[in-house]
Amino acid sequence: MLSGAVIKMLGTGILESLYMIFVSSLIAYVIGLPLGVLLVVTDKEGIAPFPALNKALGAIVNFVRSVPFIILLIAVMPFTRWLIGTTLGPSAVIPPLIIGSAPYIARLVESSLKEVDKGVIEAAQSMGASPMNIILKVLIPEAMPSLIIGAAIAVTTILSYSAMAGIVGGGGLGDIAIRYGYYRYQTGIMFVTVIILVLIVQLIQEVGERWMRRADKRL
Amino acid sequence: MGNGYPIVQLVGLGKVFQGKNNVVKALDNINLTINQGEIFGIIGLSGAGKSTLVRCINFLEKPTSGSVIFDGADLGALSERDLLRARQSMGMIFQQFNLLMQRNALQNICFPLEIAGIPKKEARQRAMELLEVVGLVDKAKAYPAQLSGGQKQRVAIARALATNPKVLLCDEATSALDPTTTRSILNLLREINQKLGITVIVITHEMSVIEEICHRVAIIDQSHIAELGEVEEVFVRPKSKIAKQLVFSGESHIDVFEGEYKCRIIFDGRTSFEPVIANMVLECKTPVNILFADTKDIDGKAFGQMVIQLPNDETGRKRIMNYLNVNGITYEEVKGDA
Ligand SMILES: Nc1ncnc2c1ncn2[C@@H]1O[C@H](COP(=O)(O)OP(=O)(O)OP(=O)(O)O)[C@@H](O)[C@H]1O
Ligand SMILES: [Mg+2]
Repeated sequence: MLSGAVIKMLGTGILESLYMIFVSSLIAYVIGLPLGVLLVVTDKEGIAPFPALNKALGAIVNFVRSVPFIILLIAVMPFTRWLIGTTLGPSAVIPPLIIGSAPYIARLVESSLKEVDKGVIEAAQSMGASPMNIILKVLIPEAMPSLIIGAAIAVTTILSYSAMAGIVGGGGLGDIAIRYGYYRYQTGIMFVTVIILVLIVQLIQEVGERWMRRADKRL
Repeated sequence: MGNGYPIVQLVGLGKVFQGKNNVVKALDNINLTINQGEIFGIIGLSGAGKSTLVRCINFLEKPTSGSVIFDGADLGALSERDLLRARQSMGMIFQQFNLLMQRNALQNICFPLEIAGIPKKEARQRAMELLEVVGLVDKAKAYPAQLSGGQKQRVAIARALATNPKVLLCDEATSALDPTTTRSILNLLREINQKLGITVIVITHEMSVIEEICHRVAIIDQSHIAELGEVEEVFVRPKSKIAKQLVFSGESHIDVFEGEYKCRIIFDGRTSFEPVIANMVLECKTPVNILFADTKDIDGKAFGQMVIQLPNDETGRKRIMNYLNVNGITYEEVKGDA
Protein backbone atom coordinates (compact mmCIF):
# COMPACT_ATOMS: atom_id res chain seq x y z
CA MET A 1 0.00 0.00 0.00
CA LEU A 2 2.68 2.47 1.03
CA SER A 3 4.63 2.41 -2.16
CA GLY A 4 7.23 5.04 -2.91
CA ALA A 5 4.69 6.94 -5.00
CA VAL A 6 2.13 6.93 -2.25
CA ILE A 7 4.66 8.15 0.30
CA LYS A 8 5.69 10.90 -2.06
CA MET A 9 2.06 11.84 -2.55
CA LEU A 10 1.46 11.92 1.21
CA GLY A 11 4.57 14.03 1.65
CA THR A 12 3.30 16.52 -0.89
CA GLY A 13 -0.12 16.42 0.82
CA ILE A 14 1.42 17.24 4.18
CA LEU A 15 3.39 20.12 2.73
CA GLU A 16 0.35 21.45 0.89
CA SER A 17 -1.76 21.21 4.03
CA LEU A 18 0.87 22.97 6.14
CA TYR A 19 1.18 25.66 3.48
CA MET A 20 -2.57 26.26 3.42
CA ILE A 21 -2.83 26.33 7.21
CA PHE A 22 0.15 28.58 7.64
CA VAL A 23 -0.78 31.20 5.07
CA SER A 24 -4.49 31.13 5.92
CA SER A 25 -3.89 31.36 9.67
CA LEU A 26 -1.50 34.22 9.25
CA ILE A 27 -3.79 36.31 7.06
CA ALA A 28 -6.90 35.30 9.02
CA TYR A 29 -5.21 36.63 12.16
CA VAL A 30 -4.27 39.85 10.41
CA ILE A 31 -8.02 40.33 9.91
CA GLY A 32 -9.44 38.51 12.94
CA LEU A 33 -7.23 40.00 15.64
CA PRO A 34 -8.10 43.66 14.96
CA LEU A 35 -11.71 42.64 14.45
CA GLY A 36 -11.74 40.91 17.85
CA VAL A 37 -10.10 43.95 19.45
CA LEU A 38 -12.72 46.21 17.86
CA LEU A 39 -15.52 43.99 19.14
CA VAL A 40 -14.15 44.38 22.67
CA VAL A 41 -13.28 48.06 22.73
CA THR A 42 -16.41 49.32 20.96
CA ASP A 43 -18.68 47.38 23.29
CA LYS A 44 -20.87 49.67 25.38
CA GLU A 45 -18.85 48.62 28.43
CA GLY A 46 -15.59 48.85 26.48
CA ILE A 47 -12.83 51.44 26.56
CA ALA A 48 -14.03 53.25 23.42
CA PRO A 49 -17.77 52.56 23.21
CA PHE A 50 -19.26 52.75 19.72
CA PRO A 51 -22.45 50.69 19.88
CA ALA A 52 -23.46 51.13 16.23
CA LEU A 53 -20.12 49.88 14.91
CA ASN A 54 -20.10 47.12 17.50
CA LYS A 55 -23.53 45.88 16.45
CA ALA A 56 -22.63 46.02 12.75
CA LEU A 57 -19.38 44.10 13.22
CA GLY A 58 -21.10 41.59 15.43
CA ALA A 59 -23.79 41.01 12.81
CA ILE A 60 -21.24 40.48 10.02
CA VAL A 61 -19.24 38.07 12.16
CA ASN A 62 -22.36 36.11 13.09
CA PHE A 63 -23.53 36.00 9.50
CA VAL A 64 -20.28 34.57 8.13
CA ARG A 65 -19.98 32.17 11.02
CA SER A 66 -23.44 30.78 10.43
CA VAL A 67 -22.68 29.84 6.82
CA PRO A 68 -21.44 26.21 6.75
CA PHE A 69 -17.85 26.16 5.53
CA ILE A 70 -18.63 23.81 2.67
CA ILE A 71 -21.19 26.30 1.33
CA LEU A 72 -18.79 29.20 1.82
CA LEU A 73 -16.14 27.27 -0.09
CA ILE A 74 -18.38 27.10 -3.14
CA ALA A 75 -19.94 30.52 -2.71
CA VAL A 76 -16.64 32.39 -2.80
CA MET A 77 -15.38 30.51 -5.88
CA PRO A 78 -15.95 33.43 -8.29
CA PHE A 79 -13.99 35.66 -5.95
CA THR A 80 -11.23 33.06 -5.68
CA ARG A 81 -11.02 32.68 -9.44
CA TRP A 82 -10.77 36.44 -9.84
CA LEU A 83 -8.09 36.66 -7.14
CA ILE A 84 -5.97 33.56 -7.74
CA GLY A 85 -6.89 32.69 -11.31
CA THR A 86 -8.11 29.18 -10.47
CA THR A 87 -10.39 27.38 -8.05
CA LEU A 88 -8.19 24.29 -7.83
CA GLY A 89 -5.15 23.55 -5.70
CA PRO A 90 -3.96 24.68 -2.29
CA SER A 91 -3.66 28.39 -3.08
CA ALA A 92 -7.28 28.50 -4.23
CA VAL A 93 -8.41 27.22 -0.83
CA ILE A 94 -6.71 30.02 1.03
CA PRO A 95 -9.29 32.77 0.34
CA PRO A 96 -12.29 30.76 1.59
CA LEU A 97 -10.23 29.53 4.55
CA ILE A 98 -9.47 33.12 5.50
CA ILE A 99 -13.03 34.30 5.04
CA GLY A 100 -14.37 31.34 6.98
CA SER A 101 -11.94 31.53 9.87
CA ALA A 102 -11.36 35.27 10.40
CA PRO A 103 -14.76 35.82 12.09
CA TYR A 104 -14.17 32.75 14.22
CA ILE A 105 -10.76 34.11 15.21
CA ALA A 106 -12.38 37.46 15.99
CA ARG A 107 -14.73 35.74 18.46
CA LEU A 108 -11.84 33.77 20.00
CA VAL A 109 -9.82 36.95 20.41
CA GLU A 110 -12.85 38.76 21.80
CA SER A 111 -13.41 36.16 24.48
CA SER A 112 -9.71 36.13 25.41
CA LEU A 113 -9.57 39.90 25.75
CA LYS A 114 -12.75 39.96 27.81
CA GLU A 115 -11.00 37.82 30.40
CA VAL A 116 -8.65 40.70 31.21
CA ASP A 117 -9.39 42.06 34.66
CA LYS A 118 -11.49 45.23 34.52
CA GLY A 119 -9.52 46.59 37.46
CA VAL A 120 -6.25 46.46 35.53
CA ILE A 121 -7.83 48.39 32.67
CA GLU A 122 -9.16 50.93 35.14
CA ALA A 123 -5.69 51.27 36.66
CA ALA A 124 -4.26 51.97 33.21
CA GLN A 125 -6.96 54.56 32.59
CA SER A 126 -6.16 56.19 35.91
CA MET A 127 -2.59 56.66 34.65
CA GLY A 128 -3.82 58.48 31.58
CA ALA A 129 -3.49 55.57 29.14
CA SER A 130 -5.23 56.16 25.80
CA PRO A 131 -7.43 53.43 24.30
CA MET A 132 -4.54 52.54 21.96
CA ASN A 133 -2.14 52.30 24.91
CA ILE A 134 -4.60 50.01 26.64
CA ILE A 135 -5.04 47.75 23.61
CA LEU A 136 -1.31 47.39 22.97
CA LYS A 137 0.05 47.46 26.50
CA VAL A 138 -2.74 45.96 28.58
CA LEU A 139 -5.37 43.98 26.69
CA ILE A 140 -3.16 42.02 24.32
CA PRO A 141 -0.17 41.36 26.63
CA GLU A 142 -2.38 40.46 29.60
CA ALA A 143 -4.51 38.13 27.47
CA MET A 144 -1.47 36.56 25.76
CA PRO A 145 -1.71 33.08 27.33
CA SER A 146 -5.36 32.87 26.44
CA LEU A 147 -4.69 34.24 22.93
CA ILE A 148 -2.08 31.53 22.39
CA ILE A 149 -4.49 28.76 23.37
CA GLY A 150 -7.09 30.41 21.14
CA ALA A 151 -4.59 30.38 18.28
CA ALA A 152 -4.02 26.64 18.70
CA ILE A 153 -7.79 26.13 18.50
CA ALA A 154 -8.06 28.42 15.47
CA VAL A 155 -5.25 26.70 13.59
CA THR A 156 -6.76 23.30 14.33
CA THR A 157 -10.08 24.52 12.98
CA ILE A 158 -8.40 25.88 9.87
CA LEU A 159 -6.73 22.49 9.40
CA SER A 160 -10.09 20.72 9.51
CA TYR A 161 -11.60 23.29 7.13
CA SER A 162 -8.67 22.78 4.77
CA ALA A 163 -9.30 19.04 4.81
CA MET A 164 -12.88 19.75 3.82
CA ALA A 165 -11.60 21.69 0.85
CA GLY A 166 -10.52 18.35 -0.63
CA ILE A 167 -14.08 17.98 -1.90
CA VAL A 168 -13.54 20.76 -4.40
CA GLY A 169 -10.06 19.61 -5.34
CA GLY A 170 -8.24 21.88 -2.96
CA GLY A 171 -5.15 19.72 -2.55
CA GLY A 172 -3.52 18.74 0.71
CA LEU A 173 -4.25 15.79 2.98
CA GLY A 174 -8.00 16.20 2.87
CA ASP A 175 -7.94 15.98 -0.89
CA ILE A 176 -5.98 12.72 -0.71
CA ALA A 177 -8.31 11.25 1.89
CA ILE A 178 -11.36 12.03 -0.23
CA ARG A 179 -9.88 10.97 -3.55
CA TYR A 180 -8.58 7.64 -2.30
CA GLY A 181 -10.99 6.83 0.47
CA TYR A 182 -14.24 8.07 -1.01
CA TYR A 183 -13.86 7.91 -4.76
CA ARG A 184 -11.52 4.90 -5.05
CA TYR A 185 -12.33 2.93 -1.89
CA GLN A 186 -8.65 2.73 -0.90
CA THR A 187 -9.45 2.99 2.77
CA GLY A 188 -5.87 2.19 3.73
CA ILE A 189 -4.56 5.46 2.31
CA MET A 190 -7.51 7.36 3.73
CA PHE A 191 -6.76 5.83 7.12
CA VAL A 192 -3.09 6.86 6.98
CA THR A 193 -4.09 10.39 5.94
CA VAL A 194 -6.49 10.70 8.82
CA ILE A 195 -3.80 9.52 11.24
CA ILE A 196 -1.44 12.16 9.88
CA LEU A 197 -4.13 14.80 10.36
CA VAL A 198 -4.69 13.64 13.94
CA LEU A 199 -0.97 13.84 14.61
CA ILE A 200 -0.77 17.36 13.21
CA VAL A 201 -3.67 18.44 15.43
CA GLN A 202 -1.97 16.88 18.46
CA LEU A 203 1.24 18.67 17.59
CA ILE A 204 -0.45 22.07 17.21
CA GLN A 205 -2.27 21.61 20.51
CA GLU A 206 0.88 20.51 22.31
CA VAL A 207 2.96 23.37 20.95
CA GLY A 208 0.19 25.84 21.85
CA GLU A 209 -0.04 24.59 25.42
CA ARG A 210 3.70 24.61 26.00
CA TRP A 211 4.03 28.05 24.56
CA MET A 212 1.13 29.27 26.71
CA ARG A 213 2.65 27.84 29.88
CA ARG A 214 5.95 29.46 29.08
CA ALA A 215 4.30 32.81 28.37
CA ASP A 216 2.01 32.92 31.39
CA LYS A 217 3.67 34.70 34.31
CA ARG A 218 0.79 33.91 36.64
CA LEU A 219 1.82 30.26 36.87
CA MET B 1 -0.30 69.14 56.83
CA GLY B 2 -1.73 71.16 54.04
CA ASN B 3 -0.59 74.55 52.83
CA GLY B 4 -4.05 75.87 52.10
CA TYR B 5 -3.77 75.58 48.34
CA PRO B 6 -6.88 73.81 47.12
CA ILE B 7 -5.52 70.98 44.96
CA VAL B 8 -8.87 69.28 44.48
CA GLN B 9 -12.21 71.04 44.59
CA LEU B 10 -15.52 69.32 44.13
CA VAL B 11 -18.29 71.77 43.39
CA GLY B 12 -21.90 70.65 43.51
CA LEU B 13 -20.78 67.26 42.30
CA GLY B 14 -23.50 64.79 41.41
CA LYS B 15 -23.54 61.39 39.75
CA VAL B 16 -26.62 59.56 38.61
CA PHE B 17 -26.43 56.06 37.19
CA GLN B 18 -29.14 55.48 34.64
CA GLY B 19 -30.11 51.83 34.80
CA LYS B 20 -32.52 50.05 32.49
CA ASN B 21 -35.47 50.45 34.81
CA ASN B 22 -34.02 52.26 37.77
CA VAL B 23 -32.03 55.36 38.52
CA VAL B 24 -29.30 55.35 41.15
CA LYS B 25 -28.24 58.65 42.60
CA ALA B 26 -24.76 57.72 43.77
CA LEU B 27 -23.61 61.25 44.61
CA ASP B 28 -25.69 64.31 45.32
CA ASN B 29 -24.39 67.86 45.59
CA ILE B 30 -20.95 67.09 47.00
CA ASN B 31 -18.91 70.17 47.90
CA LEU B 32 -15.43 69.50 49.10
CA THR B 33 -12.07 71.18 49.05
CA ILE B 34 -8.94 69.14 49.58
CA ASN B 35 -5.78 71.07 50.33
CA GLN B 36 -2.35 70.37 48.97
CA GLY B 37 -0.26 68.28 51.33
CA GLU B 38 -2.98 66.89 53.53
CA ILE B 39 -4.11 63.33 54.03
CA PHE B 40 -7.82 63.47 53.51
CA GLY B 41 -10.08 60.60 54.47
CA ILE B 42 -13.44 59.73 52.98
CA ILE B 43 -15.37 57.18 54.98
CA GLY B 44 -18.79 55.66 54.66
CA LEU B 45 -20.71 52.44 54.73
CA SER B 46 -20.86 50.11 51.75
CA GLY B 47 -22.79 51.63 48.87
CA ALA B 48 -22.49 55.15 50.27
CA GLY B 49 -20.84 56.34 47.07
CA LYS B 50 -17.17 56.44 48.09
CA SER B 51 -15.77 54.67 45.06
CA THR B 52 -17.93 56.72 42.76
CA LEU B 53 -16.64 59.87 44.43
CA VAL B 54 -12.98 58.96 44.08
CA ARG B 55 -13.53 57.86 40.48
CA CYS B 56 -15.10 61.23 39.77
CA ILE B 57 -11.99 62.97 41.09
CA ASN B 58 -9.89 61.61 38.21
CA PHE B 59 -12.85 61.53 35.84
CA LEU B 60 -12.81 57.75 35.42
CA GLU B 61 -16.46 58.40 36.08
CA LYS B 62 -17.89 61.49 34.45
CA PRO B 63 -20.04 63.40 36.94
CA THR B 64 -23.58 64.08 35.78
CA SER B 65 -23.58 67.46 37.48
CA GLY B 66 -21.17 69.87 39.12
CA SER B 67 -17.48 70.06 38.49
CA VAL B 68 -14.09 68.80 39.57
CA ILE B 69 -11.31 71.36 39.76
CA PHE B 70 -7.89 69.76 39.89
CA ASP B 71 -4.92 72.04 40.40
CA GLY B 72 -6.89 74.94 39.02
CA ALA B 73 -8.23 73.15 35.94
CA ASP B 74 -11.85 72.17 35.44
CA LEU B 75 -11.54 68.55 34.35
CA GLY B 76 -14.90 68.64 32.61
CA ALA B 77 -13.67 71.41 30.33
CA LEU B 78 -10.46 69.67 29.27
CA SER B 79 -9.99 67.98 25.91
CA GLU B 80 -9.56 64.20 25.96
CA ARG B 81 -5.81 64.64 25.47
CA ASP B 82 -5.45 67.11 28.30
CA LEU B 83 -7.58 64.95 30.55
CA LEU B 84 -5.25 62.00 29.95
CA ARG B 85 -2.33 64.27 30.76
CA ALA B 86 -4.03 65.55 33.93
CA ARG B 87 -4.53 61.96 35.07
CA GLN B 88 -0.78 61.49 34.96
CA SER B 89 -0.68 63.96 37.86
CA MET B 90 -3.03 61.79 39.88
CA GLY B 91 -1.86 58.38 41.02
CA MET B 92 -4.39 55.80 42.10
CA ILE B 93 -4.19 52.59 44.07
CA PHE B 94 -6.87 49.98 44.54
CA GLN B 95 -8.12 47.33 46.92
CA GLN B 96 -7.25 44.58 44.44
CA PHE B 97 -3.87 46.18 43.53
CA ASN B 98 -4.62 45.86 39.80
CA LEU B 99 -1.08 45.09 38.73
CA LEU B 100 -0.33 43.83 35.24
CA MET B 101 0.02 40.11 35.86
CA GLN B 102 2.25 39.52 32.85
CA ARG B 103 4.79 42.14 33.88
CA ASN B 104 7.26 41.95 36.74
CA ALA B 105 7.43 44.56 39.48
CA LEU B 106 9.93 46.74 37.65
CA GLN B 107 7.99 46.58 34.38
CA ASN B 108 4.78 47.42 36.22
CA ILE B 109 6.34 50.58 37.58
CA CYS B 110 7.67 51.42 34.12
CA PHE B 111 4.16 51.17 32.67
CA PRO B 112 2.89 54.70 33.49
CA LEU B 113 6.26 56.08 32.39
CA GLU B 114 5.90 54.37 29.01
CA ILE B 115 2.49 55.96 28.68
CA ALA B 116 3.98 59.32 29.56
CA GLY B 117 6.54 58.80 26.81
CA ILE B 118 9.61 58.62 29.04
CA PRO B 119 12.61 56.92 27.35
CA LYS B 120 13.07 53.32 28.43
CA LYS B 121 16.41 53.73 30.16
CA GLU B 122 15.26 56.70 32.17
CA ALA B 123 12.05 54.88 33.06
CA ARG B 124 13.91 51.86 34.40
CA GLN B 125 16.13 54.07 36.50
CA ARG B 126 13.15 55.90 37.95
CA ALA B 127 11.41 52.57 38.60
CA MET B 128 14.41 51.30 40.54
CA GLU B 129 14.39 54.46 42.67
CA LEU B 130 10.73 53.90 43.43
CA LEU B 131 11.32 50.28 44.35
CA GLU B 132 13.75 51.63 46.87
CA VAL B 133 11.15 54.07 48.22
CA VAL B 134 8.71 51.21 48.81
CA GLY B 135 11.43 48.86 50.07
CA LEU B 136 11.20 46.20 47.37
CA VAL B 137 14.48 46.47 45.45
CA ASP B 138 15.04 42.72 45.80
CA LYS B 139 11.68 42.00 44.15
CA ALA B 140 12.32 43.97 40.95
CA LYS B 141 12.17 40.84 38.79
CA ALA B 142 9.30 39.17 40.65
CA TYR B 143 5.92 38.82 38.97
CA PRO B 144 2.77 39.83 40.90
CA ALA B 145 1.81 36.16 41.30
CA GLN B 146 4.99 35.70 43.35
CA LEU B 147 4.31 38.62 45.70
CA SER B 148 2.26 38.86 48.90
CA GLY B 149 -0.69 41.23 49.14
CA GLY B 150 1.34 43.84 50.99
CA GLN B 151 4.18 43.61 48.48
CA LYS B 152 1.73 43.94 45.59
CA GLN B 153 0.29 47.07 47.14
CA ARG B 154 3.81 48.46 47.54
CA VAL B 155 4.47 47.87 43.85
CA ALA B 156 1.13 49.51 43.07
CA ILE B 157 2.10 52.52 45.19
CA ALA B 158 5.47 52.78 43.45
CA ARG B 159 3.67 52.59 40.12
CA ALA B 160 1.21 55.28 41.14
CA LEU B 161 4.09 57.54 42.17
CA ALA B 162 6.13 56.99 39.02
CA THR B 163 4.92 60.05 37.16
CA ASN B 164 5.40 62.36 40.17
CA PRO B 165 1.69 62.90 40.80
CA LYS B 166 0.37 65.71 42.94
CA VAL B 167 -2.38 63.57 44.40
CA LEU B 168 -2.56 59.92 45.35
CA LEU B 169 -6.05 58.42 45.37
CA CYS B 170 -6.46 55.29 47.49
CA ASP B 171 -9.68 53.35 47.11
CA GLU B 172 -9.87 50.83 49.96
CA ALA B 173 -6.14 50.30 49.52
CA THR B 174 -5.78 48.30 52.72
CA SER B 175 -9.11 46.49 52.80
CA ALA B 176 -7.65 43.27 51.39
CA LEU B 177 -4.74 43.24 53.83
CA ASP B 178 -4.25 41.89 57.35
CA PRO B 179 -3.88 44.38 60.24
CA THR B 180 -0.08 44.28 60.39
CA THR B 181 0.30 44.77 56.66
CA THR B 182 -2.38 47.46 56.73
CA ARG B 183 -0.33 49.32 59.31
CA SER B 184 2.84 49.12 57.26
CA ILE B 185 1.06 50.32 54.12
CA LEU B 186 -0.50 53.20 56.04
CA ASN B 187 2.92 54.11 57.41
CA LEU B 188 4.27 54.11 53.88
CA LEU B 189 1.45 56.41 52.75
CA ARG B 190 2.18 58.78 55.64
CA GLU B 191 5.87 58.75 54.75
CA ILE B 192 5.07 59.55 51.12
CA ASN B 193 2.86 62.39 52.25
CA GLN B 194 5.51 63.84 54.54
CA LYS B 195 8.62 63.29 52.44
CA LEU B 196 7.25 63.91 48.96
CA GLY B 197 4.51 66.34 49.93
CA ILE B 198 1.95 64.40 47.91
CA THR B 199 -1.67 64.95 48.82
CA VAL B 200 -3.25 61.64 49.76
CA ILE B 201 -6.96 60.93 49.50
CA VAL B 202 -7.94 57.83 51.39
CA ILE B 203 -11.23 56.04 50.83
CA THR B 204 -12.12 53.49 53.44
CA HIS B 205 -14.93 51.95 55.44
CA GLU B 206 -12.67 51.47 58.46
CA MET B 207 -12.50 54.21 61.07
CA SER B 208 -9.14 52.86 62.23
CA VAL B 209 -7.58 53.79 58.88
CA ILE B 210 -8.86 57.34 59.22
CA GLU B 211 -7.56 57.75 62.76
CA GLU B 212 -4.23 56.23 61.85
CA ILE B 213 -3.20 58.62 59.10
CA CYS B 214 -5.79 61.21 58.13
CA HIS B 215 -5.77 64.88 59.00
CA ARG B 216 -9.30 65.64 57.89
CA VAL B 217 -12.22 63.40 57.15
CA ALA B 218 -15.48 63.56 55.25
CA ILE B 219 -18.16 61.11 56.22
CA ILE B 220 -20.32 60.20 53.31
CA ASP B 221 -23.73 58.70 53.83
CA GLN B 222 -26.40 57.98 51.25
CA SER B 223 -24.73 60.03 48.51
CA HIS B 224 -24.24 63.07 50.77
CA ILE B 225 -21.46 64.42 52.91
CA ALA B 226 -22.87 63.96 56.38
CA GLU B 227 -19.96 65.44 58.28
CA LEU B 228 -16.65 67.05 57.53
CA GLY B 229 -13.86 68.15 59.80
CA GLU B 230 -10.56 67.56 61.51
CA VAL B 231 -10.20 63.90 62.45
CA GLU B 232 -9.72 64.77 66.14
CA GLU B 233 -12.84 66.89 66.18
CA VAL B 234 -15.00 64.30 64.47
CA PHE B 235 -13.71 61.61 66.81
CA VAL B 236 -14.32 63.61 69.93
CA ARG B 237 -17.61 65.25 69.02
CA PRO B 238 -19.30 63.39 66.24
CA LYS B 239 -22.43 65.28 65.34
CA SER B 240 -24.28 63.32 62.69
CA LYS B 241 -25.92 60.00 63.38
CA ILE B 242 -23.69 58.22 60.88
CA ALA B 243 -20.56 59.75 62.44
CA LYS B 244 -21.61 58.56 65.89
CA GLN B 245 -22.32 55.16 64.47
CA LEU B 246 -18.87 54.97 62.90
CA VAL B 247 -17.00 56.44 65.86
CA PHE B 248 -18.83 54.72 68.70
CA SER B 249 -19.60 51.43 67.08
CA GLY B 250 -20.77 49.06 69.77
CA GLU B 251 -22.30 51.69 72.03
CA SER B 252 -25.71 50.09 72.07
CA HIS B 253 -25.20 47.99 75.21
CA ILE B 254 -25.53 51.04 77.42
CA ASP B 255 -29.25 50.65 77.05
CA VAL B 256 -29.17 47.79 79.56
CA PHE B 257 -28.52 50.26 82.35
CA GLU B 258 -31.46 52.43 81.54
CA GLY B 259 -32.73 54.69 84.24
CA GLU B 260 -29.41 55.05 86.03
CA TYR B 261 -27.37 58.25 86.27
CA LYS B 262 -24.76 58.15 83.61
CA CYS B 263 -22.14 60.49 82.34
CA ARG B 264 -20.05 60.46 79.20
CA ILE B 265 -16.49 61.64 79.61
CA ILE B 266 -14.87 62.85 76.45
CA PHE B 267 -11.16 62.57 75.87
CA ASP B 268 -10.10 65.19 73.41
CA GLY B 269 -6.37 64.71 73.43
CA ARG B 270 -5.54 67.06 76.30
CA THR B 271 -5.35 64.34 78.89
CA SER B 272 -4.40 60.76 79.13
CA PHE B 273 -7.41 58.84 80.34
CA GLU B 274 -6.12 56.41 82.95
CA PRO B 275 -5.16 58.91 85.66
CA VAL B 276 -8.38 60.84 85.15
CA ILE B 277 -10.67 58.04 86.27
CA ALA B 278 -8.26 56.71 88.89
CA ASN B 279 -7.65 60.15 90.41
CA MET B 280 -11.32 60.97 90.31
CA VAL B 281 -12.21 57.83 92.25
CA LEU B 282 -9.43 58.46 94.79
CA GLU B 283 -10.27 62.09 95.27
CA CYS B 284 -14.04 61.79 95.37
CA LYS B 285 -13.89 58.58 97.34
CA THR B 286 -16.81 57.41 95.25
CA PRO B 287 -16.76 54.25 93.20
CA VAL B 288 -17.90 54.48 89.60
CA ASN B 289 -18.86 51.81 87.19
CA ILE B 290 -17.35 51.98 83.72
CA LEU B 291 -20.15 51.00 81.37
CA PHE B 292 -18.47 51.62 78.11
CA ALA B 293 -15.14 52.79 76.92
CA ASP B 294 -13.90 53.47 73.46
CA THR B 295 -10.67 55.32 73.65
CA LYS B 296 -7.88 55.49 71.20
CA ASP B 297 -4.32 56.56 71.29
CA ILE B 298 -3.62 59.10 68.57
CA ASP B 299 -0.07 60.43 68.52
CA GLY B 300 0.29 59.55 72.20
CA LYS B 301 -2.83 61.43 73.28
CA ALA B 302 -6.10 60.02 74.45
CA PHE B 303 -9.15 60.38 72.28
CA GLY B 304 -12.56 58.88 72.59
CA GLN B 305 -15.14 58.50 75.26
CA MET B 306 -16.05 56.59 78.33
CA VAL B 307 -19.49 56.21 79.81
CA ILE B 308 -19.53 55.79 83.57
CA GLN B 309 -22.35 54.96 85.91
CA LEU B 310 -22.59 57.50 88.69
CA PRO B 311 -23.48 56.74 92.29
CA ASN B 312 -27.16 57.08 93.20
CA ASP B 313 -26.52 59.45 96.10
CA GLU B 314 -26.58 63.06 95.08
CA THR B 315 -23.46 64.26 96.96
CA GLY B 316 -21.29 61.60 95.38
CA ARG B 317 -22.62 62.61 91.97
CA LYS B 318 -21.99 66.30 92.62
CA ARG B 319 -18.49 65.59 93.82
CA ILE B 320 -17.68 63.83 90.60
CA MET B 321 -19.16 66.57 88.42
CA ASN B 322 -17.20 69.08 90.39
CA TYR B 323 -14.00 67.13 89.93
CA LEU B 324 -14.57 66.98 86.19
CA ASN B 325 -15.38 70.71 86.03
CA VAL B 326 -12.35 71.70 88.03
CA ASN B 327 -10.03 69.58 85.93
CA GLY B 328 -11.48 70.90 82.71
CA ILE B 329 -12.59 67.53 81.45
CA THR B 330 -15.33 67.54 78.85
CA TYR B 331 -18.34 65.48 79.84
CA GLU B 332 -22.05 65.28 79.37
CA GLU B 333 -24.81 63.64 81.27
CA VAL B 334 -26.34 60.75 79.43
CA LYS B 335 -30.03 60.05 79.29
CA GLY B 336 -31.49 56.61 78.94
CA ASP B 337 -30.78 56.09 75.29
CA ALA B 338 -27.25 57.50 75.41
N1 LIG C 1 -21.65 51.61 37.13
C1 LIG C 1 -22.71 51.69 37.96
N2 LIG C 1 -23.96 51.55 37.48
C2 LIG C 1 -25.03 51.65 38.30
N3 LIG C 1 -24.96 51.88 39.61
C3 LIG C 1 -23.75 52.02 40.16
C4 LIG C 1 -22.55 51.93 39.37
N4 LIG C 1 -21.48 52.11 40.18
C5 LIG C 1 -21.99 52.31 41.41
N5 LIG C 1 -23.34 52.26 41.41
C6 LIG C 1 -24.23 52.46 42.57
O1 LIG C 1 -23.87 53.66 43.21
C7 LIG C 1 -23.92 53.52 44.61
C8 LIG C 1 -22.58 53.88 45.21
O2 LIG C 1 -21.62 52.91 44.83
P1 LIG C 1 -20.11 52.99 45.26
O3 LIG C 1 -19.40 51.87 44.59
O4 LIG C 1 -19.60 54.35 45.04
O5 LIG C 1 -20.21 52.70 46.81
P2 LIG C 1 -19.03 52.52 47.85
O6 LIG C 1 -19.26 53.52 48.91
O7 LIG C 1 -17.71 52.53 47.18
O8 LIG C 1 -19.32 51.09 48.42
P3 LIG C 1 -18.28 49.93 48.86
O9 LIG C 1 -17.79 50.28 50.23
O10 LIG C 1 -19.13 48.72 48.86
O11 LIG C 1 -17.19 49.88 47.84
C9 LIG C 1 -24.36 52.09 44.88
O12 LIG C 1 -25.75 52.11 45.12
C10 LIG C 1 -24.05 51.38 43.60
O13 LIG C 1 -24.96 50.34 43.41
MG1 LIG D 1 -16.11 51.09 46.85
